[in-house]
Amino acid sequence: MRFLPLTDDDRAEMLEVIGAPTIEALFADVPQDLLLKQPIEGLPLHVSEMAVERQLKALAANNMVAGDVPFFLGCGAYRHHIPATVDHIIQRGEFLTSYTPYQPEIAQGTLQALFEFQTQVAAMFGCEVANASMYDGSTACWEAIGMARRITRKKKAILSAGLHPHYVSVCTTMAKFTGDTLETALPTLDPEAPAKELARLVAAVDGETSCVVVQTPSILGHIGDWSALAEACHAKGALLIVVVTEPVSLGAIKSPGEMGADIVVGEGQSIGVGLNFGGPYVGLFATREKYVRQMPGRLCGETTDADGKRGFVLTLSTREQHIRREKATSNICTNAGLCALAFTVHMSLLGEAGLRKLALLNHAKAVAAADRLVEIDGVELVTPSFFNEFTLRLPREARPVVRAMAEKGVLGGVSLGRLYPGIEALANGLVLAVTETTTSEDVEALASALEDALA
Amino acid sequence: MTINPSGWRPEQGVANDTGRAPTFTGNRALMLEEPLIFEIGSTTTTGVDFGEAPSGANRLGGLDRTAPIGCYGLSEPETVRHFTRLSRQNYAIDLGLFPLGSCTMKHNPRINEKIARLPGFADVHPLQPQETVQGAYAVIQNLAVWLIKLTGMYGVAMSPKAGAHGELCGLLAIRAALEARGDVRQVVLVPESAHGTNPATAAFCGYAVETIPATGEGRVDFEALKARLRPDVAAVMITNPNTCGLFERDLKAISDAVHAVGAYVYCDGANFNAIVGKVRPGDLGIDAMHINLHKTFSTPHGGGGPGAGPVVLSEALAPFGPLPFVGLHADGRYELVEEETAGEDHPHAFGRMAAFHGQMGMFTRALSYILSHGADGLARVAEDAVLNANYVLRSLEGVLEAPFAASGPCMHEALFTDNGLGGGITTLDIAKGLIDEGYHPMTVYFPLVVHGAMLIEPTETESKASLDQFIGALKAVAERAQAGDQSLKAAPIYAPRRRLDETAAARKPVLSWKDLPEAAE
Repeated sequence: MRFLPLTDDDRAEMLEVIGAPTIEALFADVPQDLLLKQPIEGLPLHVSEMAVERQLKALAANNMVAGDVPFFLGCGAYRHHIPATVDHIIQRGEFLTSYTPYQPEIAQGTLQALFEFQTQVAAMFGCEVANASMYDGSTACWEAIGMARRITRKKKAILSAGLHPHYVSVCTTMAKFTGDTLETALPTLDPEAPAKELARLVAAVDGETSCVVVQTPSILGHIGDWSALAEACHAKGALLIVVVTEPVSLGAIKSPGEMGADIVVGEGQSIGVGLNFGGPYVGLFATREKYVRQMPGRLCGETTDADGKRGFVLTLSTREQHIRREKATSNICTNAGLCALAFTVHMSLLGEAGLRKLALLNHAKAVAAADRLVEIDGVELVTPSFFNEFTLRLPREARPVVRAMAEKGVLGGVSLGRLYPGIEALANGLVLAVTETTTSEDVEALASALEDALA
Repeated sequence: MTINPSGWRPEQGVANDTGRAPTFTGNRALMLEEPLIFEIGSTTTTGVDFGEAPSGANRLGGLDRTAPIGCYGLSEPETVRHFTRLSRQNYAIDLGLFPLGSCTMKHNPRINEKIARLPGFADVHPLQPQETVQGAYAVIQNLAVWLIKLTGMYGVAMSPKAGAHGELCGLLAIRAALEARGDVRQVVLVPESAHGTNPATAAFCGYAVETIPATGEGRVDFEALKARLRPDVAAVMITNPNTCGLFERDLKAISDAVHAVGAYVYCDGANFNAIVGKVRPGDLGIDAMHINLHKTFSTPHGGGGPGAGPVVLSEALAPFGPLPFVGLHADGRYELVEEETAGEDHPHAFGRMAAFHGQMGMFTRALSYILSHGADGLARVAEDAVLNANYVLRSLEGVLEAPFAASGPCMHEALFTDNGLGGGITTLDIAKGLIDEGYHPMTVYFPLVVHGAMLIEPTETESKASLDQFIGALKAVAERAQAGDQSLKAAPIYAPRRRLDETAAARKPVLSWKDLPEAAE
């Protein structure tokens, strides 16, 4: 009971002040036949900190740790080196144990960091404004579609074949309930796919379309120029939404804003936030200034205090649930504050120069790895241009190959069979991510495990 | 660049700070002004070293980013100092009592942080082959079992990412269950004391929202609710204990009445801390309830997230929950049930709510907390939380109006109003006065059912001495308020900032730093 400071003497004194005979008496409004008199059966009782650590370490030991083996997984979550400074800062109690900054006079630390976060995200995405974060990339993607619906008053969204299938799945779930129509497509293992996809999307936009959603780099790793699509969208009164699941790429490739995107959303996990088995992550959300009042999520803005000093506050909250209730732009309340802080600390360490170096290092290592792997008999590269993630076509089904490599202690990418089960045409696809953490020994280990598994 | 980028100039003086010389820097000893990264850094500075990139062909397809990005960097020592200085402008639980009602700002044990950072949890990819992440699935499954047993429910959806996301999950399961029986309904009933997320979520799911009034004693008006229960009602969303700090005595009867018209009961579990281990929501007839792991189960609030909002489900709703979830085979092997594997066994699952499978980093922290307390300790948590809140209520009811003091003991939080304040002093002024006393204010102007609400949730992790000091401080501020002490209008005067102009912020929003030409020197 080390987290409970009251002593029995305290409890007795307090009951006296309250005028209640026992603590039980304070639960008088609970139906007495349902009030539990004993600890719930079948659950263990309290234990020491040492015992907790022992139990949970045993479970942790039952996982293969990415950093312990040659590791090549991506597809929406990337393993990058996080400087020790990042974790030190986010563990400061003043950040870790503070609440949403509703009392700005004593929350300027959180607020200023959020303002810096918004500025960094907007700059990276090439947009005018960004919000103070969303839950993750997938939910941010759905919120963007909802925002496009509110702006255009149309309900048809066209989703690119290159969009992460989990993101498509989230949107499909939500659209069932909101009545939006989603047009989706599956990716193909065709090196010409990006050009064909661009042509398909340009042709598909019509007067009923609220938005087109593309991802760059795509789920297979393709990078493409969406400028022509932006023009096609705008000609029909639709919005272009660009999804970025690997923000490190923005240190090397043209920003979605430069390509004409109206809303850019992303998964910020790559910067400052570890893999964490899928969460918590941090959703990024940016758009044009003219759409800011239709934006979901919290926003931090600059103002002055009674002495004229610059300060920051949460602003435009008349969009939000705690003010607007059923008329809110979204029901979102919590965001991903501490992950946004981690992103901001990592980004201030990197700066523009560091981000560019990091991105080019990722790209160069990925190019070297791809060149090495296509030397293996029967293995083909299906993504002629890519950033730090590319797709190979194997001469056989990739999913068992990934399992066989894992048994040998190599985490050799994500099979498209895992992401698109039952789709024959994709079964031989293997998506590999290479980052600054990947060594040439890792690549050799992968090549040899892959050769063994294919033999 | 100016030396003091806060915008403040010595000649502006400092109100209520008479007789004190302004400082050159704008700092006042340990109260340090800190510029933005963009004002102290540069686009060429970096605090990270990298090895040389291997040479090779560029495969960026001609899409190289050539234009400036506009991201400013700092060296490592500057970064540490920048954020450390910022951190000192925040109030936090680690600094003192944080009595925000309905937010459960309890102590965040550091063992949770240590556990979450074990490489076996933190450095694991969500798409690794399932054989390589059995320990991670075991964490999810173990936590799920605890949540099910603590609530007396049938199943639990672990993937929702926060409380409001959990509400969405619960209502989507309800809608899926209704649609599966061909029963389309239009209305969700929400009591007027509900959190704003409740009506927002119901509207998001396509329902019309109707409000149910509260009785004079601060509970849901059961008669009014019964009168509105017709076949067009899909669900009733109830918060228990409610936001007036009271246990909904009629909840079991309400559930029975709701079920009798074929509707479902959604419970907002934000206030579960008051009853954990004392009464199980499943026994009260609840069909779905989200659990804020960042409230009851001590995962840190982090300045506004990340949270986690698993949703426990009744037997009637469990088949309609989201994907994916973790299944346990007879041989002890865990398997992730996703779109492809749900198949015939789970044909009604409503689908995926988020990429991957939930807030793992919050699961490890919550499980660490739960194991620490055990079933006995968690009941003690609720008891001490309720004891602390009643102590605050009874110590202050003679000072501030406690509208429902006669309605019985409160649960985890005590509600007061602004009745009796003098000279135009408001709830907001009391809140700001508390800041000068070294406290984060309570929740203010919520719930909406009373005028000028002040909602105080001390939580179980406060000692009696800590409560006594807080009570003394609030008494002192309240007495000033009742006397109409106009100096409260100027509060806070000792915080890093005085009152901020929120109207100006909203009228002409400045949402990011811009290197405006006229600002350059």
